[in-house]
Amino acid sequence: MTVAATPTGEYPHPLPRPPDELDRLKAAWALPKGWRIVSAVNNTVIGYLYIATAFGFFVLAGILALLMRTQLAVPDNTFISQETYNQLFTMHGTVMMFLFAVPAVEAMGVLLLPQMLGARDLPFPRLGAFAFWVYLVGGLVFFCTLFVGMAPRDGWFMYPPLSSERFSPGVGADFWLLGIGFIEISAIAGAIEIIVGVMRTRAPGMTLARMPIFAWTMLILAGMIVFAFPAVILATILLELERAFGWPFFIAERGGDPLLWQHLFWFFGHPEVYIIFLPAAGMVSMIVPTMAGTSLVGHRLIVVALIATGFFSFGLWVHHMFTTGIPARSLGFFSAASMAVSVPSGIQVFAWIATIAAGRLRLTAASLFVLGFLTVFTLGGLTGVMLAMVPFDWQAHDTYFVVAHFHYVLVGGMVFPLLAAFYYWAPAFSEKPLSERLGKWAFGLIFTGFNVAFFPMHVTGLIGMPRRVYTYPAGLGWDWLNLVSTVGAFMVAAAILVILVDFVRNLRPTLTDAAGNIWKAGTLEWMENHTYGARSVPYVDSLEPLWAHPTMVDDVHQGRYYLPGTNTGGREAIVTSAVEAEPQYLMRLPGPGWAHVLAAFFTAAFFLLLTVKAVTIALACGALAVAMIVAWMWNSDPASVGRADIGGGIALPTYVSGPVHPAWWAMCVLIAVAGALYLSYVFGYLYLWTVAPQTWPAASALPAASWIILAAALLVASGVALSAAQRILGRSRPAFAILVAIGVASLAAALIVDVLSQWRSGLRPEASGHGAMVYAGAVLQAQVSAAVAVMAAFALMRLARGLLDAERRVVFDNLRLMWIYAVGQGLFSLLLTHGFPRAVG
Amino acid sequence: MSPQSVLSPMGPDAARIAETAAILAVGAAIVMTIVVAVLWLAMRGSPAVRRRLQADRFVAIAGVAFPVVTLTALLAYGLWTMQAVISPADASSAMRIEVVGEQWWWRVTYRDARGRSVASANEIRIPVGRDVLFELSSADVIHSFWVPNLGGKVDMIPGRTTTLRFRSDRPGAYRGQCAEYCGGAHALMALEIVTLPEEEFDAWLAAEAMGAALPATEVERKGGQLFLAGGCGACHAIRGTPATSSVGPDLTHVGGRRFIAAATLPTTRENFARFIVDGQHLKPGNGMPPFRIFAPEEVDAIAAYLASLK
Repeated sequence: MTVAATPTGEYPHPLPRPPDELDRLKAAWALPKGWRIVSAVNNTVIGYLYIATAFGFFVLAGILALLMRTQLAVPDNTFISQETYNQLFTMHGTVMMFLFAVPAVEAMGVLLLPQMLGARDLPFPRLGAFAFWVYLVGGLVFFCTLFVGMAPRDGWFMYPPLSSERFSPGVGADFWLLGIGFIEISAIAGAIEIIVGVMRTRAPGMTLARMPIFAWTMLILAGMIVFAFPAVILATILLELERAFGWPFFIAERGGDPLLWQHLFWFFGHPEVYIIFLPAAGMVSMIVPTMAGTSLVGHRLIVVALIATGFFSFGLWVHHMFTTGIPARSLGFFSAASMAVSVPSGIQVFAWIATIAAGRLRLTAASLFVLGFLTVFTLGGLTGVMLAMVPFDWQAHDTYFVVAHFHYVLVGGMVFPLLAAFYYWAPAFSEKPLSERLGKWAFGLIFTGFNVAFFPMHVTGLIGMPRRVYTYPAGLGWDWLNLVSTVGAFMVAAAILVILVDFVRNLRPTLTDAAGNIWKAGTLEWMENHTYGARSVPYVDSLEPLWAHPTMVDDVHQGRYYLPGTNTGGREAIVTSAVEAEPQYLMRLPGPGWAHVLAAFFTAAFFLLLTVKAVTIALACGALAVAMIVAWMWNSDPASVGRADIGGGIALPTYVSGPVHPAWWAMCVLIAVAGALYLSYVFGYLYLWTVAPQTWPAASALPAASWIILAAALLVASGVALSAAQRILGRSRPAFAILVAIGVASLAAALIVDVLSQWRSGLRPEASGHGAMVYAGAVLQAQVSAAVAVMAAFALMRLARGLLDAERRVVFDNLRLMWIYAVGQGLFSLLLTHGFPRAVG
Repeated sequence: MSPQSVLSPMGPDAARIAETAAILAVGAAIVMTIVVAVLWLAMRGSPAVRRRLQADRFVAIAGVAFPVVTLTALLAYGLWTMQAVISPADASSAMRIEVVGEQWWWRVTYRDARGRSVASANEIRIPVGRDVLFELSSADVIHSFWVPNLGGKVDMIPGRTTTLRFRSDRPGAYRGQCAEYCGGAHALMALEIVTLPEEEFDAWLAAEAMGAALPATEVERKGGQLFLAGGCGACHAIRGTPATSSVGPDLTHVGGRRFIAAATLPTTRENFARFIVDGQHLKPGNGMPPFRIFAPEEVDAIAAYLASLK
C-alpha cells in the first residue's frame, strides 16, 4: 500500500477508474488532424513549433555570421559589399536577439512550464498560439527583406540620427521599427501567458517555495519583459513618428536629442540580456541536480539571486553609454551597479558547483554543455566586470573586445544551456532520446570552435579593431587573428550541423510514447506529456516530487490524483491560489480554433503593409485583426455549470470573477505594460526638457486653463459613468448600455479637447521636441482609449446577447480595469503637458 | 609597436588605461583559474574536499563575500583611474583642436597661438608633451573619435560638443578610427595623429595656416586650372585660390598629409587619380561623385597638382 503525496496521505480518487473516463479526457484534448494542426492551441504543439521556429532563425542568423566571418577572414576582402555587410550585421544581431533568443526562451517556457507545474495547459492557450503565429509570419517576412535588399542596415540598436529619414531613406529602417515592434508585442503576449500560468496554474500543493527554479526564472523573465519591452516599443513608436511625419524627437536642431533613443533602447537592451540569460540559468538549475543525482544546493539563495538580478538589470543601462560624454558622477553610479550585478550570477555559479560536489556528475552530453556554459559564461562575466571599469570601457567600447565579451555571455549563457536543454529534455518529448555520441561530438566542436572564434577577438579589439567594419587594411596586426576567428566560426557551424543531423535521426516528437525519465529526474515534466499533460494532477509536497514519491508517475497515470477526466466534457484546468497553490477554480479552456490564427495573420499584415505604405489595405487588415480577436474572445467566458468535483472531496466553482479569475491577473499585467510604456514616455518628455528647455513654451503660450478643466471634467465624468454602470450591471440593461456609451464618449472627448487646445495654442508636433512629445502623449492616450472603446463595444454586444450580467461579469471586470487606467493616465497626462510647463515656465 | 593599439600606449593617459587593462586581465585570469579548479575539484576531488564545497557556507563565501570585496576594491581603483584620465586640461597651455565627424571623414580646425583658425582634415598633428584638448561634434550622425595609442574614445553627437584630452610622449604617427557605426563607409573612416616635437609642430602649424603652394610645373599648373574648371571648388577649398567651399575636406595642404580619403589610401599621385575617377568604388557612398568628364591625362594633371599641395 503506497501513501499519496496529499496532506491526508489518501489518494483523491480510488481505483479502478471508470472505463470511459480516459477516453473522454482524450477526446476533449484531441488534436486536429492533418493540416488543421495549424488551428491547434495546445501548449505542447505550440511549444514544438515555437522552439523549431526559433532554432530555425538561430541557424539562419548563424549563416549570416558565417558570411561575415568569410568576408573578414583576410584584409581588404571584396567577397561582400559594404552595403550588404552592413545589412548582414544588422540582421544578424536583430534576428539573434529578437527572433531567436527571446522567442526561444519563451518557447521553452510554453513547452515546459505546464508539464513542470503539473498543469493541463497554460491559462490562455489561444493567446500563446496567437503570439507564436504573429512571430512566425512577422519573423519570416522580416528575414526575407534581406533577399530583396530592403533589410535595415543601421545596426541592431538603430541609433538615430543614422536611422532617421534623412540618413536612412527607404523602407529598411521601417521594417526594423514596425517588424520588430510587433514581434515585441508577441513577446509581451507570451509574457502575460507565462506570468499568469506560473502564478495561477501550479498543481495543488506546489507553493512558491516548492516551485522549480526554472519556473522562477520564467516568472522573473516575464516580469522583466513587462517592464523592459515597453521602453523600446515607445522608442520605436517615436522614431517611426519622426520618420513618417517629421516629429523631431531625436533631431537636435529642433529640440530633440539622439541620446534619448539610447536611454530608451538600453533601458530595454540591458535587461534584455538577463531576459535571455535567466531562463537559461533556470534550465541549468534543473539539469545539474538531475545529472548530479542530488538536490540543488542553495535553492533559496538562488531564488534571491534571480530576483536581485531582475532588479539590478534595470539600473545598468548607462554602461552602454560610457563614451557619450555623460558626467563623471553618473559614470561612477552605473559602473558600481554594473559590477554589483555580477554578484548574483556568481552565487548561481558557485551553487551549481556546490551541487556538483554534493552529488556525482554523470558526464552526459547535457552535462558537457552545462560545463561549457559554466566556463564560457564565467569568462564572459569577468570581461563584463572589466568593461564596467569606466576607463577600460573608453578603450574597449565598440571594439572586438566587446564583440568577444557579449558572445561569451550570450552564447555561453544562453546557447550552451539551450543545447544542454535539448539533450536533457528530448526524452520527455521524443520517442527516442538524442544521441549521446553525436551530442558529445557536437559539444567538442562547438566548445573548441567557439573559443577559437571568439577568444582571439579580445586581443583583436584591444589592438584596435572596431566593431561593424566590413573590411580592414592589412598591416595593423589584425590579419591572422581574424583568420583564426573565421576558422573557429566554421567549427561552430560544423557543431550545429552535427546537432541538426542528430535531430533528423533521433528527434521524434510524440505525445504518447516518449522515451521518458531516462535521467531519473525528480520534477513533474518527466511524467507523461500528453496534450492534456498527465492523466491526473498530482499534489506536490516537495521540490522533487518524483524522488519523494517513487510511485507518483504510475499513480498519476492511473488517475489516482486530481481531475483524472473531464467534468464538463471539454478542456479544463485547475486554477490555484498564487502563493499556497490551493485549488480555487476549475477553468474551462478553449480547444482548436481559427480566429486567433487569422488574427495573427491580419495583425502581421497590418504592420508589414504599413511599412511599405500600403495604408488602405493595412487598415483593412487591422480592422479584420480586431474582428478576429473579438470572434476569438466571444466564447472565452462560458457560464457557470455549478461546482465540479476534482477528487479528494474538493468541489471547485466553474465560474468566478474578480481577482480569483486568471483574466483579472492578465489584465493587471497588461495594464502594467501600458503603465511602463507611459512611464517611458514621461521619462522621454522630462528628458527632452532637460536637454532643450528653451523649446518649452512660456506659460502665456499654453492653452487656457478653461480647456484643461473641461478635459479633466470629461475624464472624471467618464470615471463616474463607469462607476454608475458597475452599480447598475445586471439590473437595467438599457441604463448600463447608455452609461457605458456616455463614459466612453467622455473619454474620447477629453482627448479631443486636449489635442484641440494644444493645436489652437499654435503648438505643432513637427515644430519642436516639445511639440512632438505633447502629441505623442495624445497618441498613447488614443491607444488606451481605443482599447477601452473596443472592449466596451464587446461588453455591450455580450450584454445584448444576455451573456453579461451581475454574475457572469469577467468581460466587464476587464473593461473596468482598463478603463480606470485610461482615466488615470489621461489625468496624469493633463498634469504633465499643461502643468509641468507652468511649473517650470 | 602597433599603430592602432590600446596595448602600445604612447602617452600618459593611454598608459594609465593600459595598466588598468593589464591588472584587470591578470585578475580575470586568476579568478577564471580558480573557478575552473574548483569545478574540477567538485567533480574529481576527494570526498573530504567535495564535502567542503557542498556546504552553503562555500556558496556564501565564494559567491558573495569574495566578489563583494574584490569588486569594491576594483570600483575604487576604477574611479580613481577615471578621475586621473578625465582631469581637466591645463587651460593656459592646452592646445585646442576642433574635430567634426562627417560621413565619412573628419573636419579639423586648429586654433593657433593668436586664436586664428586653421582648417584641415583627416590628419591631425599635435605637439609632443603638451596637453591637447579635442572639442568633438558631429555634422550628421553619431561618430566616435578614437586613437587608441593615445587615449580612450569619445562619441561625437549631433547637437552636443564633447571633449577629450590627452598627451603624447613620443613623436610618431598613430592611427585612429571612427568607433561608432555611422552607416555606409564607416569601416573606411580613419585618421592619423602625427605627433611632432614642439618646435617642429609650431613651424608646421605656421605653414599650415598659409595658403596653398603655387604650382611649380606645367602639369601641376594645368591640374590647378582643371581643378577649378571642373567644379571641384564647389565642395573643396584650396586657400589662395578661388576654391573656397567647405562642403568637403579642405585640400590646401592635402599633398602634405600621409593619407587621403580619411586614412584609407596612401597619398600618391596615382591614388589621387584613382579617387577622382573611381572614388565610389574605393569608398562607396562617399559624398564625391565620380569625375569621368576628364581625359586620363587631365586626371593625372589634377592628381599631380593635388600631390604638390604640401
